[in-house]
Amino acid sequence: MSDGPAEPVREVRGTGIPVRGNDIDTDQIIPARFMKVVTFDGLGEFAFFDQRFDEHDEQQDHPFNDERFQGANVLVVNANFGCGSSREHAPQALQRWGIDAIIGESFASIFAGNCLALGIPTVTTDEETVTELQDRIEARPDAEIAVDVENEIITVDGETITVTVDDAQRRALVEGVWDTTALMRANTDAVRDVAANLPYVEVDP
Amino acid sequence: MSSGTLYDKVWERHAVAELPTGQTQLFVGLHLIHEVTSPQAFGMLGERDLEVAYPELTHATVDHIVPTEDQSRPFVDEAAEEMMAALERNAERAGIQLADPTSGRQGIVHVIGPEEGLTQPGMTIVCGDSHTSTHGAFGALAFGIGTSQIRDVLATQCVAMEKQDVRRITVTGELEAGVEAKDVILQIIRTLGTDGGVGYVYEYGGPVVDALDMPGRMSICNMTIEGGARAGYVNPDETTVDFLAETDRFREDPDRLETLRPYWESVRSDPNASYDDVVEIDGDALEPMVTWGTTPGQGVGITEPIPDPDDLPADKRESARDAQVHMRVEPGETMEGYEIDVAFLGSCTNARLPDLRRAAAILEGRTVHPEVRALAVPGSQRVKAAAEAEGLDEIFTAAGFEWRGAGCSMCLGMNPDQLEGDEACASSSNRNFVGRQGSKDGRTVLMNPQMVAAAAVRGHVTDVRTLSEVTTV
Repeated sequence: MSDGPAEPVREVRGTGIPVRGNDIDTDQIIPARFMKVVTFDGLGEFAFFDQRFDEHDEQQDHPFNDERFQGANVLVVNANFGCGSSREHAPQALQRWGIDAIIGESFASIFAGNCLALGIPTVTTDEETVTELQDRIEARPDAEIAVDVENEIITVDGETITVTVDDAQRRALVEGVWDTTALMRANTDAVRDVAANLPYVEVDP
Repeated sequence: MSSGTLYDKVWERHAVAELPTGQTQLFVGLHLIHEVTSPQAFGMLGERDLEVAYPELTHATVDHIVPTEDQSRPFVDEAAEEMMAALERNAERAGIQLADPTSGRQGIVHVIGPEEGLTQPGMTIVCGDSHTSTHGAFGALAFGIGTSQIRDVLATQCVAMEKQDVRRITVTGELEAGVEAKDVILQIIRTLGTDGGVGYVYEYGGPVVDALDMPGRMSICNMTIEGGARAGYVNPDETTVDFLAETDRFREDPDRLETLRPYWESVRSDPNASYDDVVEIDGDALEPMVTWGTTPGQGVGITEPIPDPDDLPADKRESARDAQVHMRVEPGETMEGYEIDVAFLGSCTNARLPDLRRAAAILEGRTVHPEVRALAVPGSQRVKAAAEAEGLDEIFTAAGFEWRGAGCSMCLGMNPDQLEGDEACASSSNRNFVGRQGSKDGRTVLMNPQMVAAAAVRGHVTDVRTLSEVTTV
């Protein structure tokens, strides 16, 4: 990976997968035992592992196991999704499973920030719209969904729904400036000035 | 928009630039790292051929994966050993200080930062760990970040952030015996919701918070994230300065404390500061809290009935029903009498010396119920040494607690300390999520350390106030 601008993410197209429930925490998304690794490689197969498999590793009912949703890339969730632990392993696991965008009622703020760092839009809309969308995907899993980040619209089978994308997120994704390391490295001198003006910072000049 | 708050002032002092996204590039005064969320960040840095920009401002320790029983190397768990080795390698290569188990300074990252005097008022502090909010107890702006942001901090000593709103939470009155900081924050989360703080930073104040010692303030700030707010803080005062004066950093250099004091005082919220929201919590009305469900917001006072999901707001009903099935509790009952298999005293929320003292006071002259496995896990090697110096370890072991080495232990299932099967645990930790303590059928009941001690003795969740030697904080 180069230290340059990221690719713009103006729109995500594909099919949906609903995961219902409020307060789905990052321990559910990726249980801690799968984090005993020094890279993010291979995390995709462990997404929602404890909801997908019982203690004998037998498959349980879960959208991520459901044949109809294999290949889906737009996750549709409810309120406070991604709460709890700051582990970036959670969006990393979802992305490696195939998720490119998430639509929900609300997102925990660290989780949303982690998604942005990976170029995954987290767009929000009200409870009723989310539920309708989840029902619709359940009824027709192959319905095409387009998440238009730039214009804050999602299109399902030709019907458009207005959604909200946080301003900074929208700009970052649409303009391809979500790689914050590259952006912030441009201000090295200003960083030194701020540090020099803080009485508590002790660094070599 | 808030103005004149500590948050506004600290933000202002650390703002480097406005980024094209509209976010602010914020300078990070203290970066803490641990073994779980940092190795991938060092990997990303390597891929870009970048160096750590300010290694002297990053401090490392190991906490999540360390065994608390046998810490000799190599660790029995090969994956844990590999993570430990990666941290050692990365820290050494970059010139980052590492508090490892041979240092005598190792411990949970949110315990050692404050006890070493690294954590100070008016700082920006980040760590790849959501409980970084703990450090806000000192009047720092402290929050958890993801691994890509760790890469940012290593490469630039900055994070990209959007400014949040500020909610002032005033806790009035006085806490009665047996009620602690933990109960205050559980009540706050229950009142405002697990997502009530999204988009906010919480400022805690009022008579109850003013009267708390630093460990108590840390317990409150620690669980800020469970209420959805990424950061929470308490304005620094004499309690803060007195605590700092006793840390290594300032004992070695008392003049430095006086040099920094004006800055610390300058960042306090102004008397006429304006907030985006103000909430009052009645501290007089609090009793020891326990959770009945699977989020920290699903809590009740120990004498209060578990709510009927039908009586809750519509959006809380389904998760309450699921939680009650998982926990096997019935609406209308109290949590008194809920049988436990494990008592866990530890975690970044409640494993500091005063937490251990209060629990020990309950345990002195009593024994753990024969059906209960009980663990006391100090938050750091120093906490452990200090506790041993005053004989607390003997009280714990005499009562039937296992006295362990420092680490995150049973707060999360990343080390050998885990629940098995459907065990129920009285826990002083911060998350009762399904599966959090290592078993997906495990049942966690969050409570304060005195309540954990009382539950260990009786073999079930119980009101500590019905035992003697209950401590007032």
